[in-house]
Amino acid sequence: MRKTIKGIAAPLPLANVDTDVIMPKRFLRTITREGLAAGTFADLRFYNDNSLRQDFVLNQEPWKAANILVVGDNFGCGSSREHAVWGLRQMGIEAIIGTSFAGIFFDNARKNGLALPIITSEKRDLLLKLSRNGKIFSVSVENKIVDIDGQEVHFMMDDATQTALLEGRDDTLDSLKKSEAIDAFENSMSLKEKVSVIK
Amino acid sequence: MTRTLYDKLVDAHKVCDLSDGDMLIYVDFHIMNEYTSPQAFSGLETKGLKVRRPEAHLAVVDHVNATRSVEAPDAQSKLLIDNLESNCRKHNIAFYGLGDPRQGIEHIVVPEQGLASPGMLIACGDSHTTTYGAFGALGFGIGTSEVEHVLATQTLRYRRMKTMRVTIDGDVAPGVTAKDIIMKVVQVIGAGGANGFAVEFAGSAIRNLEMAGRMTVCNMAVELGARAALIAADKVTQNALSGHAHSGLFEYLSETWETDPGAAFDQDITIAGGDIEPLITWGTSPDQSVPITGTVPSTKSFVSPKAKAGLERALTYMGLSAGQPIQSITIDTAFIGSCTNSRIEDLRQAADVLRGRKIATGIKAIVVPGSAMTRMKAESEGLREIFEAAGFQWRPEAGCSMCLAMNDDVALDGERVASSTNRNFEGRQGRGARTHLMSPAMVAAAAVAGRLVDVRDFV
Ligand code: SF4
Repeated sequence: MRKTIKGIAAPLPLANVDTDVIMPKRFLRTITREGLAAGTFADLRFYNDNSLRQDFVLNQEPWKAANILVVGDNFGCGSSREHAVWGLRQMGIEAIIGTSFAGIFFDNARKNGLALPIITSEKRDLLLKLSRNGKIFSVSVENKIVDIDGQEVHFMMDDATQTALLEGRDDTLDSLKKSEAIDAFENSMSLKEKVSVIK
Repeated sequence: MTRTLYDKLVDAHKVCDLSDGDMLIYVDFHIMNEYTSPQAFSGLETKGLKVRRPEAHLAVVDHVNATRSVEAPDAQSKLLIDNLESNCRKHNIAFYGLGDPRQGIEHIVVPEQGLASPGMLIACGDSHTTTYGAFGALGFGIGTSEVEHVLATQTLRYRRMKTMRVTIDGDVAPGVTAKDIIMKVVQVIGAGGANGFAVEFAGSAIRNLEMAGRMTVCNMAVELGARAALIAADKVTQNALSGHAHSGLFEYLSETWETDPGAAFDQDITIAGGDIEPLITWGTSPDQSVPITGTVPSTKSFVSPKAKAGLERALTYMGLSAGQPIQSITIDTAFIGSCTNSRIEDLRQAADVLRGRKIATGIKAIVVPGSAMTRMKAESEGLREIFEAAGFQWRPEAGCSMCLAMNDDVALDGERVASSTNRNFEGRQGRGARTHLMSPAMVAAAAVAGRLVDVRDFV
């Protein structure tokens, strides 16, 4: 993960953009993580006959090249499908700036190196305006600042998420190092506290 | 020190603190489905890892399978189903596949099998895992990377949420169901209004609910953004724990699974039970709802420019005009199903409306019982005859079906569906499909009338 994400930011001010909109279900019938760029925002990007929808910001200049989004409240609500985050990453999105994100989407983003800087709604309105003007944004995960032509906007990001983004670690392998603590916890459980699904 | 139910659940499962401020928590039980687990298993494969406690997991096929027959609807769906089965076989994990008498929607199957009980921590790669809060258990949805994590370590990285108590004070009027209660809560607090919170439901209207109603409430709490929904365990909970295949398997004796008197919440919200009416959604977010006696809102009802823009977009998508009476909205399709409302209790309520009645001409009406066991119970009670006599299709196989339309039950562009499900997002039930959420009894009433209608006029 780069410490600074620099590029065009696209305005997507709709509230409650849900994971069905980010990754429609017809793209979910897959057993791999790949090939999801085509599905990302598919119903907003394409008409039924697969022609491009010019009314969608990511189909317009200069935002076709956007790697940052400025979004409305409660982005990523709905289902737990991590495909939404995989798809966003595969279409080149590296940061999504907004006021609030749904919890599972937030955790999924962190696992996949997608930065979610959180700002107040006043600051979001400012960033929306700047993104509409096609400004280059520079998001510093290290300093928790978005820089637009020298104008600095501070954002919020909890420490664990910041560390995860900066280090790009593998949580599964990392947590396996805590096996002793997990063993100790399991040993402290009574038999009645250990679920065993009988086949 | 006094603690909330949520804090007790987190404390009881904390394995250790981590250096970056997160903690590891122990997952007592983990459920998987066919579409959010494949990449978790391949992750294990790539990293050369084992499943730590295979007996603490269950896999169920529910999202992609057809409900007309036991055959997978297409090759891609078959691939997902077969992939889950072979992963489970390889790792020795219990698997309820197609044709298995225990198969069904995960959140219907788990309580039915007696696998949810007070004090448990239950995770699943599905957002509606909040359902288990109805048992005084901590249930929450996780992504696929976390599925991999829990398979390998039986734990998750976690940070404590803020707490919110929602009290539904006073009894609800006759004809008002658990679905209306939670839809009211979503309307008042807003979609995402509980992001970052664990919500506990309290008050006499909640206490008076049976387990099925409590599950409906906790299930849909995720539409608030709640990462956990809880109801204290009481006599009703205790009574629901016996008589199932896995009853008594899990028991946590060293704690009472309720909030201590005087424990403080970060936020406290009270809603008067008597004010709740049967609700329907008019828009494309679950908080866009009005009473069935009301009208489609107009821009005058909203002050902020953003809310107005949202309203206009939703009305265009839904093909409605501002100010239109709700009961003038005609429907094409009626759907009863989903993990919110396809339990035996829901089917009984809908059948009560349909008994001796027929659905309107030209309406397509489908009922998909939540599990094979639910279907068999309903059939033994004679509910199938009632639904079929009224003109409903009674589906022989259980699954999510038209709740998310990942199988072949897809609503067409512009098709208007009265639906007992939980999400009315754009495209949820099919590209361009228009969803109105409501209770299963209201769906039945709408099917009979051919339009949205007040179920209280049907009794
Ligand atoms: S019934 Fe609907 S909400 Fe429930 S698990 Fe299935 S798809 Fe998800």
